[in-house]
Amino acid sequence: MTHADLAYLCAASALAGLIAYTLLGGADFGGGVWDLLASGPRKSQQRHAVGHAMGPVWEANHIWLIFVLVTLFTCFPQGYSALCVGLFVPLHLILLGIMLRGAAFIFRKYGAAPHHWGKVFGVASIISPVLLGASFGAVTAGGLRVSAAGAVITGSDHVAPWLQLYPLGCGILALSTCAYLAAVYLVVETRGELREDFRRRAIFAGTATAALSAIVLGLAMRDAPWFVRQLLSFPAWPVVVVGLVLFASSAIAVFRRHYVASCACAAAEVAILLVGWGIAHREFLIYPDVQLVPAAAPSATLRFVLWSLPVGLILVLPSMWLLFHTFKREHLH
Amino acid sequence: MDRLAFARAQMGMSLAFHIVFAAIGIALPLAIFVVEGLFLWSGEQHYLRLARRWAKVTGLLFAIGAISGTALSFELGLLWPKYMQVMGAAVGQAFGLEGFAFFIEGIFIGLYLYGWRRLKPVTHWLCAGVIALSGAASGALVLAVNAWMQLPVGFKMDAAGKVISTDPSAIFRTYAWVVMSIHSTLACYEAVPLLMAGIYAMALLKGRRDAYCRSAMLVCMSIGGIAAILQPMSGDAIAKFVYRTQPAKFAAMEAEFETRTHAPMHLGGFPDLKARTDRDSIEIPDLLSFLAAHDFSARVTGLNDIPQALWPNVRVVHWAFDLMAVCGTIIAIATIIFWVEFAVRRQRVFEIRTVLWMLVIVGPLGLVALEAGWFVTELGRQPWIIQGIMLTKDAVTPSAQVPFVFFAFALLYVSLAVIVILLIRRGKYAPGAESVEVLR
Repeated sequence: MTHADLAYLCAASALAGLIAYTLLGGADFGGGVWDLLASGPRKSQQRHAVGHAMGPVWEANHIWLIFVLVTLFTCFPQGYSALCVGLFVPLHLILLGIMLRGAAFIFRKYGAAPHHWGKVFGVASIISPVLLGASFGAVTAGGLRVSAAGAVITGSDHVAPWLQLYPLGCGILALSTCAYLAAVYLVVETRGELREDFRRRAIFAGTATAALSAIVLGLAMRDAPWFVRQLLSFPAWPVVVVGLVLFASSAIAVFRRHYVASCACAAAEVAILLVGWGIAHREFLIYPDVQLVPAAAPSATLRFVLWSLPVGLILVLPSMWLLFHTFKREHLH
Repeated sequence: MDRLAFARAQMGMSLAFHIVFAAIGIALPLAIFVVEGLFLWSGEQHYLRLARRWAKVTGLLFAIGAISGTALSFELGLLWPKYMQVMGAAVGQAFGLEGFAFFIEGIFIGLYLYGWRRLKPVTHWLCAGVIALSGAASGALVLAVNAWMQLPVGFKMDAAGKVISTDPSAIFRTYAWVVMSIHSTLACYEAVPLLMAGIYAMALLKGRRDAYCRSAMLVCMSIGGIAAILQPMSGDAIAKFVYRTQPAKFAAMEAEFETRTHAPMHLGGFPDLKARTDRDSIEIPDLLSFLAAHDFSARVTGLNDIPQALWPNVRVVHWAFDLMAVCGTIIAIATIIFWVEFAVRRQRVFEIRTVLWMLVIVGPLGLVALEAGWFVTELGRQPWIIQGIMLTKDAVTPSAQVPFVFFAFALLYVSLAVIVILLIRRGKYAPGAESVEVLR
């Protein structure tokens, strides 16, 4: 296998980790959003449902992000280093959000000033997905420039590359996607009127996500035209089309109250669209200066990482199955 | 303070915070595994109550440890981007393996904490075993990266500093990794149960005499005691390794300025960098040479033969080393006293106030030794971030926001620490927490 093949495989592994993080950890962020926006006569039941759904799984879900980071810095250390310099502020804020969210969740459960920590939990759950989305946007839009020597040049006009319209649009899209995922999952995990509450929220978040996608696509045509071209050319476009069909299916399924189907379609949709993003972005780690293959670590390291994956997953996947089987099984009947 | 100082302070603060939770996450599950096993074997309810109480504490502390661990995985790259370019390619895969261990740990923590009712008793107990194993494995794998920073192996760089070829399993074949991971794992098994024994000794002093406290004490003193007796041996092995590979650190540990055979050991004292001597220290002839190579006439390189620019902070490293050694010795002696008393007086040992007070005082020393030992390793490696390859000052981020970030995170860590301590002291949590956490 050539060095380039290995590099692409490693990038694909990182993307797979990112998909898992979005589907699992992203939904936990979305749960925080619905906790913050809990309203109506069943306010506290809504919050309880969020806590109940996240309780046993959020720590394991969150580890997918660590997996993505580690895969990136092991396999693409040059690019990762540039990301760390160029996105110093947003990455720290993302970290702060993740830390505060976890701490707030656990403190609230252990009875420390529940109201206060509930707010922190909700607000922190918004910060991290928005800034993660914005960081992706900044990288795609070419806001982060890296010199040939590897030094980072962050915007000649001293404006942070992530504080632009298109990256922030990506951030809000990421947030609403998380909220949508959380809502369709919560519909499956609840019953009766509570379920109706989350169904309405799913419809709202789904509509918002669809509208935001259109807006972000428009912004991308202006700020990241290369990326839109990639997205609309082969082999990315069929993947994107499948993703959109799945999105529509999940929306229809929510309307028709086929909850498990809507849940499956929504998860598949997000996964497929991220695959589409990965295919469109495949040549670059940081557009336009850091290309994926030249930034990769030596082949021996990439091989080691790729071999360790099946070994690790043989341990992790059955454990994960046991976890979800133990705590989520009854919802699927 | 400049950018480098802030970045170092932030990294040090994050590590000093995380190391406590990491140690608890490694040692407490083992203690839980033991008491829940004792419950299944004997059917005595107080073992079950202990397991549940400790599980609750674990639930809180593991979550905080996972958070502070996440902070570290971000900060390594954010604060030290140049270091990451080399470390990532050369030894990042150790973090990858650690990630899998952490995954297993996180999954089984969820199963354990929420599975009291849903899992069969034996399955539930085995979950604690898996947590204990994966916690220890995860610690040992992280230590591979640390060992690599002390003894960088398995990679080649070109003139521009880019890693061009690697041998990813090289670090796992080094003696350094083996002794360092044994030493630090034992430190966790020593520090945390000792601290718990101190807490239960306090409860006994306050008049609690039930089987709950007594069993807790015995379990903690068994785990902590075994570790405390083994620890000096692993420390000795590390000292020999440091002597061979990091002479500046070894000399700083002992504030030894002169290169000589029959080198004496300096206890305490005030290392005087101008006069190049350890003022007012107690000298034990030949002992340093013996510590270095099990040979009273071994030649030890002094700081005088190392350029001063490459010295670590001699005072801090020397004092931290002495603090660690003294704490370790006190703990080992206290452990022996406790078990001798127990062998003689059996259960009446729990009524001897001097023994109980001894355990209360010795309790926190394990954590003190753990932090001090970590100071020796990391500050002793300075000014290098990767020994002999890259200086810490060359690795730091060019970002101007480092001071802001430092203050924000300092505030965060202080708040987290205060709240965690308050929550644990409160002991019984808010009404309803019980049903959510344990009895579902």
